[in-house]
This record gives sequence, structure tokens and C-alpha cells, in this order.
Amino acid sequence: MAEDGKEESVATDDESDHTAADGTGSLNNTMVEEGSTLLRRMEICVAEAEKRSGKNAVNMQETFTVYLIETRPMDAVVEGRNPAPDALWRRYSEFELLRNYLIVTYPYIVVPPLPEKRAEFVWHKLSADNMDPDFVERRRVGLENFLLRVASHPVLSNDQILYHFLTEEHGWKEVVYETGFQAKADSRLRALSATFRVRNPDKRFMEMKHYSDELQSHTSQLLRARARVADRLYGVYKVHGNYGRVFSEWSAIEKEMGDGLQSAGHHMDAYAASIDDILEEEEHYADQMKEYLFYAEALRLVSEHEPMMIFSLLWQSSVQKHELTQFELEMASQDLISKKQQREELATGIVRTLKLLEELIAEGEETVKEKTLECEEHVEKAWVDMQRFKEQKDKDLREALINYAVMQISMCKKGIQVWGNAKECFLKM
Amino acid sequence: MSVGAPKGLASSGQKPITEILHPLSAAEEPLSVTVNVGGDKEAGLTNGTPVETSSPASASSLFNRLQLDDDLEADVRDLYASTETRDLFVTVDDPKKHVSTMETYITYRVSTKTTRIEFDLPEYCVRRRYQDFDWLRIKLEDSQPTHLIPPLPEKFVMKGVVDRFSEEFVETRMKALDKFLKRVADHPVLSFNPHLNAFLSAKDLNKRQGLALLTKVGESVKHVAGGYKLRARPAEFCAMGEYLDTFSQKLGTIDRIAQRILKEQSEYLTELREYGTVYSSWATSEEELQRPLEGVASCVKTCCGALEDQSESMSQDFLPVLREYVLYIESMKNVLRKRDQTQAEYEGRLEAAILRKQEDRTPMPVEVEKCQDKVECFNADLKADWERWQSNKRQDFKQLLTGMADRNINHYEKCQAAWESLITLLQDKQTEDKTSETN
Repeated sequence: MAEDGKEESVATDDESDHTAADGTGSLNNTMVEEGSTLLRRMEICVAEAEKRSGKNAVNMQETFTVYLIETRPMDAVVEGRNPAPDALWRRYSEFELLRNYLIVTYPYIVVPPLPEKRAEFVWHKLSADNMDPDFVERRRVGLENFLLRVASHPVLSNDQILYHFLTEEHGWKEVVYETGFQAKADSRLRALSATFRVRNPDKRFMEMKHYSDELQSHTSQLLRARARVADRLYGVYKVHGNYGRVFSEWSAIEKEMGDGLQSAGHHMDAYAASIDDILEEEEHYADQMKEYLFYAEALRLVSEHEPMMIFSLLWQSSVQKHELTQFELEMASQDLISKKQQREELATGIVRTLKLLEELIAEGEETVKEKTLECEEHVEKAWVDMQRFKEQKDKDLREALINYAVMQISMCKKGIQVWGNAKECFLKM
Repeated sequence: MSVGAPKGLASSGQKPITEILHPLSAAEEPLSVTVNVGGDKEAGLTNGTPVETSSPASASSLFNRLQLDDDLEADVRDLYASTETRDLFVTVDDPKKHVSTMETYITYRVSTKTTRIEFDLPEYCVRRRYQDFDWLRIKLEDSQPTHLIPPLPEKFVMKGVVDRFSEEFVETRMKALDKFLKRVADHPVLSFNPHLNAFLSAKDLNKRQGLALLTKVGESVKHVAGGYKLRARPAEFCAMGEYLDTFSQKLGTIDRIAQRILKEQSEYLTELREYGTVYSSWATSEEELQRPLEGVASCVKTCCGALEDQSESMSQDFLPVLREYVLYIESMKNVLRKRDQTQAEYEGRLEAAILRKQEDRTPMPVEVEKCQDKVECFNADLKADWERWQSNKRQDFKQLLTGMADRNINHYEKCQAAWESLITLLQDKQTEDKTSETN
């Protein structure tokens, strides 16, 4: 299924000077050097997007987009050989499935986000249509970015399901479902949806949760404000196009002034037209911000991984007490439920969690110790990954801001040029 | 960026007139003018150096520079620097508020320098208010009906809407008055009008004086009976009329576009300010990113300021000139109408005379011949005025539109500088981090 001659935008280890237009440059900088992540062994890219038609779950005809994932072994690339890449097609929903799997399976990892499902923060001229070619293209870039981030993550990159996603087109979905991650997801996600107070919450996690809220709030504010600004700026530029027309009409009744006016009018038209490219370019900046808006959500999930807290606390107390009567378990669960609003959901989640606890207690103390250790490890791993995320975020966003400034400068230079040209024409009037 | 008048209305900087540079003499370029003033030629007109004042009528006093408080008006330079003889220079500046029990009003200083013998002194400095300018305009229209009188800025302003004493309004009006007076002074016929003389020199402009000074330059066209119908307007005057109609229309369109742009810019500015604050507030929850985010917020703020300046400038300098030209076009149209009336009268009288002649062989009455003269004079004056008007229009618009381009360039330059300094700041920090990355 190899496809030849496709346009590839790949971040390899060697290209460390990439600008972070799609975050790939910064990726290389924040990649962990120890261990061999998948990205070191394999070149990955999302080369193309195509429209397909087919029947959906309710047997209705629908149109959707598929994306071509190409992979090549890194050693081949490094040695200068250029074998045809392996390729397979995936649609957005499959990426979503992969991500959900990763979230459930690695609850202590800040899992990279996918590009948005539907166009949001759209300023009026930009299409909100999912089939719009510009949207599809930006999504392609976003999906590639997602794969590159996952494949370069010290923990996530080793996942087998990820590897199959990239290499096995058929049957991948079945393999994922077979892991039974969804069962874990149900109870976990429900429990996660409620935040309940634990007696000694880990302060670090509280701070992280608070920060994730801040990050989410600020990035979404920024995106909304930017869209409004873009809208208004569009208006300013476009109105100048009217000068083009009126100067042209006016030049018709003038003798000496005619030529100068006419030419100036053309420059006004050019000025009005220039805003389209300017704002199109700015969408890349918006996409970078969006990535971190969604990242904030992922961070929040990790910081809210309370069941682990409960687990670890209850496990700790069980280990300390050397026994945990049914009564105490029930009292503990009552205590927590009474503090929360969504009692039903919480009750179900807690009960399930506690049922699990019961089962594990029954299995004996060794299991208890094992599970406690696992939970403690989880907490530490979460902390490590949150730190990794923080560094990556600082680097990426700083680069994004620099690029934004570069874009602004480019816009100013264009403006100076156009008005300079118009001025030349006016002087010749 | 205000041009001309000082900001404070309360007091005017009192400079002796000899120290004040004349706007018509360029600071940078030498005037390519030779002056014949009663044989007293001043050699060595140097470039930018003030010349000693000797005798009142000498050419040196001519080139004494009168300086406006801020900068020299480049428009004046372009407009009036020609190879024609210049011996009358006027300036309007220094607005001052007068408060009396009856009313509050603004007066302007009108400064004159001249070598003409029609004036008793070489220099004058008087204070005039809008009413006085209006008086002059009416007098000129009455006494020089065949000539195009430049327009004045709007007389009435809606009291609730516009602040008649705001700096911006006064400054805009003052510039228009200055332009009006300069156009009159520049005109080869109007500038010799005795009313202008009175306006420039009389200590107290007793407006009733006008009647005594009125010389019979020509019959007021107002007295022409309205009954005459014009037969055939010469093609060139038709063309002028059409041109004026279209031109007026286009100027109206440009005015609307400019206003629309200002409106869009204002709304953009509102959003941009909000946008800047988002970065500032985000900065408070960040550590490493605090400085970059605050840097962006600061850049956005600078851009807001730059745009505000540009908008204000367009509003104050661009739009008023545009509107004044529409008035100017109306004045020109009026003159064309008067010309038509004159021609109609002539044709009417001629027709009547011919009929009478056929009846009783009376010779062509003198009035008819006088009418014919009038028409021919009017046509000649009008053509000359038209050429001058066209030439001035070209200069005025060249300057107006170039000014608009400059303002936009200036705005972008300010923004670019702000963003460039941010990048320097951020990239310095980056290299700083990289070198200290040993942890």
C-alpha cells in the first residue's frame, strides 16, 4: 500500500531548526533523549487527506475524510536509502479511539490532544465547515502533530496499540476493544467527573488542577478575542478596496492626475486583498493556542486522578491497619458521598471502586502491597509527566509568541510597502 | 500630531513679529523668486538664513520669515511657490478665546507682510473672528461677481454635537481660514480688493465701513433680472459644469469611505485593546512565560496607540480638507451660474434690441454692448480662475492623499518597531536560557 511521491512534512531528529509552525521543531527540543522512543526508530507523517463515502453505524450514507499515515524505518532514512513508505488510511474517529485508549491506560500521563473536531473560534469569513479544504488541511497538520508528540513521548511511544495503529490498517479496532480499556474507562471516567475531597489531598495536584483551569480559561479567552480582532481587521482592510473603485472613476475625469490616481487605486485594491493571506497565516498561531487549550484539559484529567488518591489512601490505611472491615469501608464511602452533589453517579463510581477494593483485599495482603505501590508509582509518574509537560509548554508557547510577532512584522512591512507604492502614485499626480 | 496652533487657548506665545518666520518662505529650499520692489533688489537670497530688516519696502523684509509655532506648512510651499511675483503674505494663527457678558467667541491673529503700495505699512497684525472672515467673503462676492471666491469653513455648528471651543475644532477651523485668506491673497485680482485691504489692516473692522469703501468695480450680478433664459452655453463651460458635478460626487464617495474606515478602525481598536488585556491577565498565572506574554500585551498596546493617532489625524486633517473642497466646488458652480445669467441677460437684451432695430431702426443700445463686454470679461475671468483652480486642486489633492499615505506608513512603522523590539527581547532570553541550561 505504499504510495509514491507524496509530499511529506516530517520532523526528524536531524531537523532541529524547524520553526514551530506546527510544533514539530519544539518537539525535537523537548524530546527525551534517554530511551528510544518510537519516533527515533520510525519516521511518521500524515501525508494526505481524502474524501470517502460509506455507510455509517445506522446504515446511512455519509461522507467523511480519511488521512494517510506513512511510516518508514528511521535507519533507512539515515542511511540515505529511500524505500517507499508503508501507508494506511485512518479517519478522525480512529484517532479519537486511540487517544481515549491512551488516556485510560496511562492516567498519569498528560496525553497530547487531537486537533478540534469541529471548527470553533471562527471569525466570520473563515468557514466552519468540516469539509472545507483549509480546515481539512489544518486538521491533517494537527493529526500529524499528535502522532509525532505521542511517538516521541518517553512512556506513550512504547505502547503496542499505538504501534498497531501506525502499522496495521485492518483489525486494529478489534484489538483495541479487546484490551477492555472501556470497562476501566467507564468507572474511572465517572468517578473522575466528580471532584470529591479527600482528607489529605496532594497539594501539588491541587495546584496543577488550578493551573490547568487557568490555562484553559486564558487560552480560550485569547482565541475568542483573537477571532473578534481578526473579524474587525478584515473589515478595515476590505473597506479600503472602495478607494480603488472611486479613484478609478475619478481618474476618468482628470487629465494630468488621471494616471497617478488610477495606479494608486490598484494599490488600494492590493491592500484590501492582502488581508486574506495575513489572516490565513494567523490561523497557524490560533492552532498552536488551541493545542494548548486542549492540553489544559488533558492536564486537568491527570491532576484530578482522584480515585488513585482514594486508592492510595485507603490502601495505605488498610496496610497500616492490617485490616479493613466492611463497616469501615462503608463508613468511608458514606463520608465521601455525603459531601458531594452528584450522589448517584458518585455512589456508583465509589461503590464500584470499593467493590474492587473488597475484591482485592480478599486476594490477600501481597496484592494489597502491590496495588499500593502501583498507586504511589502512579502519583510519582504523574508528577514527572506534569513537569515534562510544563517545560514543553513553556518552550512551545514562547516560540509561538515569537512567531506571532514575526507575523505581525510581516504584516506591517506589507502595509508599508503598499502605502509607499500608493504614495509614489500620488506624488506623480 | 497637530500642526500649527498651540495647544493652549488661554495664552498665545507672544513673539515679536520679526522673529516669526514666514510660512511662504521655505526653510529648506531656496525660493526661486525674483522680486521687483521699487528697484530695491536684495542680492544673495540665501537658503534659510534670516535676512536683516532694513527699509520697510525692501525685498529683505519680504523674506523675513514668519514662523508658525510648530512647523512650516509644506502645503503652502507647494501651493504658492511659483514663478509669479509674491508681494503679499498672510497668515492666520494664534486662536484666543474671548469671554464677554454677551457671548464667547474665538479670535485669530491675522498677520500680513507686504510691499504693495496699496498698503500704508509693510506689516500688519490684527485680530479677527469668523464673522469678520464671513464679512470679507460676502464683500468679495458682491464686488467681484465674475471671480471664484474661495469658500469658508462651515458657519454653523450644532451646539450639542460639536464643541465650538475644543482644540480640535478650533484648529481645524483655523487652518481652513488660513487657507481661505491665502487663496484670496494669491489671487491676482481679489488680492487688490479694498475690502481685503481693510480686513488685513484696519484696527477695528467696522463693517459698515464696507459701504464707503465699495468701489464700483462692476454691477452686481444680483440685480440682473431673473427672467432671462440661456440659449446656448459654450461647450467649455458645459464641460466645466459636468466636471464639477462628477468631481463633487466622487469627493462625497471618498468622504463616506474615509468615515467608514474610521468607524471600522474604531471597532477594531476596541477589540484590540481587549485582546491585549487577555495576554496581561494570562501572564499573571505563568512563570517562564510571564515576560513574553507581558511583552505581547505591551506591543498590542503600542499598536493601539499608533492606530489612535492615525485615526485622530485622519479625522482632523483629512476629512475637513475634503469637505472644504466640496464647498469650493459649490462656489465654482455658483460662479458658473452667474456667468450663465450674465450671458442670458445679454442674449435677452440683444434679442430685444434686434427686434426694436427691425421695427424702428434705432442703433444698438449701449447697454447691449456693455452686456456683451460683461459676458466676454466674465468668460475670460472665469477661464483664468478655472485654470488656477485646477492647478491648485491638483496640488491640494496631491498633498492630501500623500498625507494619508504617510500617516498609514507612519502607523505601520511604529507597530513594526514595537514587535521587532519584542523579538529581540524574547530571543535574548532564549539564548540566555540555553547557556544556563546546565540544570
